[in-house]
Amino acid sequence: MKVETRQREGVTILEPKGKITIGVGDVALRDAVQGAIESGASNILINMSGVSTIDSSGIGELVAAYTTVTNRGGKLRLYSLPPKVSDILQITQLITVLDILDDEEEAIASFR
Amino acid sequence: MGEEVAEVQLSIDSQFENIELVQAVLDASLERLEFDEDSRYWIGIAVREAVANAIKHGNRQDPEKQVGIGLRVVEDTVVIQVQDEGAGFDPTQVGNPLDPENLLKPDGRGIFYMNRFMDAIEYNFGTGGGTLVTMRKRIGSGDPRSGEEDSE
Repeated sequence: MKVETRQREGVTILEPKGKITIGVGDVALRDAVQGAIESGASNILINMSGVSTIDSSGIGELVAAYTTVTNRGGKLRLYSLPPKVSDILQITQLITVLDILDDEEEAIASFR
Repeated sequence: MGEEVAEVQLSIDSQFENIELVQAVLDASLERLEFDEDSRYWIGIAVREAVANAIKHGNRQDPEKQVGIGLRVVEDTVVIQVQDEGAGFDPTQVGNPLDPENLLKPDGRGIFYMNRFMDAIEYNFGTGGGTLVTMRKRIGSGDPRSGEEDSE
């Protein structure tokens, strides 16, 4: 799993590609979020469109990232969830807790 | 049902990257049993969670300890077992991840997903240590996301 990082309109966009699963993907996501925070980012988006599989550890990292960024006064939002990723968040009712948007345009606009 | 599926037995070192191997082997068996792609995906998540628990909480990532994985068909049900060499644990002590105080906890969802995606889960604890998790899914029982409704 790789995570690419880019900027748009002052927002840091993280783009994980592959599996966010225990042992590898979850660590890569944690490192990417930590790197963004250390670079001074307070508004962070995660483009989920390239995520093929997420397990409970990956979801734990998403929740931890959301809590960390929120506690620091920032905002972390997700967009473009593949249907199965959306389903697995729905099952544990995280779809209503996390900030989730349909696509990048809507996600960027949410910070304006 | 498709061609007969031989019993599968695997043994892996307690390393997370081996979960990919387990899932690939079991997925091929489930495909021969004519589980559709969506069903295999959700059963695969349950298998991932069970093996991850065995490695992390059971064997505590001790490279000297193995995780055994088995798949067999009993009548109209696929039975998947995951055995570790750890000290055992009490699954009833894991909180409900849907409780408001647990919603934003980073852990505690794996067993919930296993229960959701399979028809039945049993835990057995050996006298010499080790936890044996037995997961059952009826063949042709449809989308595992509706696992609770599929229970018999």
